[in-house]
Amino acid sequence: VSNELDSLYREVILDHYKNPRGHGVIEDADVEAEGMNPLCGDEVSIFVSFEGDKIEDVKFRGRGCAISQAATSMLMEMVKGRTAQEVAALDREELLDEVGIPLTPIRLKCALLGLGVLKLALHKGKGTPLPDEWAGLAEDLELK
Amino acid sequence: VAVTAEKGLDARSVRADFPIFEQEIHGKPLAYLDSAASSQKPRRVLEAMNHLYETSYANIHRGVYDLGERATEAYEGAREKARAFINAESTREVIFTRNVTAALNLVAYAWGFDNLGPGDAVLVTEMEHHSNFVPWQYMAKRTGAEFLVLPVDHDGELQLDELDSLVSRARIKVVASTYVSNSLGTVTPIERLTQWAHEQGAIMVVDAAQAAPHRRVDVQALGCDFLGFTGHKMCGPTGIGVLWGRRDLLEQMSPFELGGHMIRKVTVEETTWNELPHKFEAGTAPIAEAVGLGAAIDYVTEVGLDALDRYEHELLEYALPRIAEVPGVKLFGPPAEHRAGIVSFEVAGVHPHDVAQILDWEGVAVRAGHHCNQPLMHRLGVPATTRASFYLYTLPEEVDRLVDGLHKVRKTFA
Repeated sequence: VSNELDSLYREVILDHYKNPRGHGVIEDADVEAEGMNPLCGDEVSIFVSFEGDKIEDVKFRGRGCAISQAATSMLMEMVKGRTAQEVAALDREELLDEVGIPLTPIRLKCALLGLGVLKLALHKGKGTPLPDEWAGLAEDLELK
Repeated sequence: VAVTAEKGLDARSVRADFPIFEQEIHGKPLAYLDSAASSQKPRRVLEAMNHLYETSYANIHRGVYDLGERATEAYEGAREKARAFINAESTREVIFTRNVTAALNLVAYAWGFDNLGPGDAVLVTEMEHHSNFVPWQYMAKRTGAEFLVLPVDHDGELQLDELDSLVSRARIKVVASTYVSNSLGTVTPIERLTQWAHEQGAIMVVDAAQAAPHRRVDVQALGCDFLGFTGHKMCGPTGIGVLWGRRDLLEQMSPFELGGHMIRKVTVEETTWNELPHKFEAGTAPIAEAVGLGAAIDYVTEVGLDALDRYEHELLEYALPRIAEVPGVKLFGPPAEHRAGIVSFEVAGVHPHDVAQILDWEGVAVRAGHHCNQPLMHRLGVPATTRASFYLYTLPEEVDRLVDGLHKVRKTFA
């Protein structure tokens, strides 16, 4: 049991939670988006600056559970320098692999909040599609 | 049931009545500290519902045949049990609904549409569950009435001295308050609020979802006008609740849901309504659920509501200081004297969902979230809390396991 618990709150999750990467606000961001998960009140806002189609800089701020904030922090590291189109098509498994822990459906929403908000920002900024998979989650996540 | 009110409450033997406790969760005995969300069910309730389905089930009220008669008797028998449970004058005042939400929506719509308008106001408390907040907020908007909120102080107690300053602003027609706060456990002074409401010429609507399972609720003693409670929080099944209302008000009200059973006569030109309580029970009733509620009422009554109330209070007196002792833990809500068996808290630097997840691995089930109390969470300045709630099967060592679990939370996030 304690092994499973250790794996859920493994070192790297707690590290990202306590020392989030890409945390902050981009004052002159090209686009920003926010979303919340009303289930646990997780909130994430993401700011993106583009250079052409490339994500030149990306930052987030938010509050919420360790899973939501750590996953968003990991996401910041994953997407910086990639193109909007590439990230818009990013499979959620790529992020979940990085998170690397088994998640119940409820916690899955925590882990995917940041990705949903980022894809929304890209949609707003570059008109990239919002994938079908968000259609169902979008309501729960209250993506704005 | 092995306990009576005179002997106090023996939680260990109560527990033996609940099949759910026969399992382990993550290799540990189940410490179910989430009864404020929904309670577990004793075998007797399950058997009562099963028995109806196996021996006496048919649709009710219109059947001429024997089975239909028996099912009707069972359903109406449950109504009588619900009447006695809250000391209502008549079963005509006891309306079966889906849950408290449905009960409060019924009042908000059926009473609100005919009685609210510009210049009127609805007053709710800041710690209402969304089910006694949103319907009134919505009806106020729909009718042009004002929507007023009575604030709570930092201990989660109603700021009653604010009441009179709210009066000058509008003609208050409805006061809606919870009896026991589902987030903080605060027991509100319903008699006092009712008296004040009546002085304003307002009706008093009480959400007893968290009260009825744990303490005596006597609608005549409270003096209120409407009161709702639900089965699933008091050992009964989901899908069944009760709206009690004063007969004269119910008689005057237009119906809410329309359709079968709630009519007297239907013609192309016009429809007239059935008598109380049927006027408010459109469609096929939750028959087995009502029977389950009846069995649940028998069960908690035999355990004894006074014994239950005392026992939960002892648990609370034990739990509050122990939980508060955990470093970094902050308790919300009033002192034990004004509180039911509900403990909300935060652990510094740890989100309630993470707290609940770690406790789950210890076999301790608690709720984490806003508890359908977003305005209250806003007042407390937190997005969410972790909440432990007690019931008749809660053991003191489960409080110990909660406290041990909180130390593990602290260690994990240190």
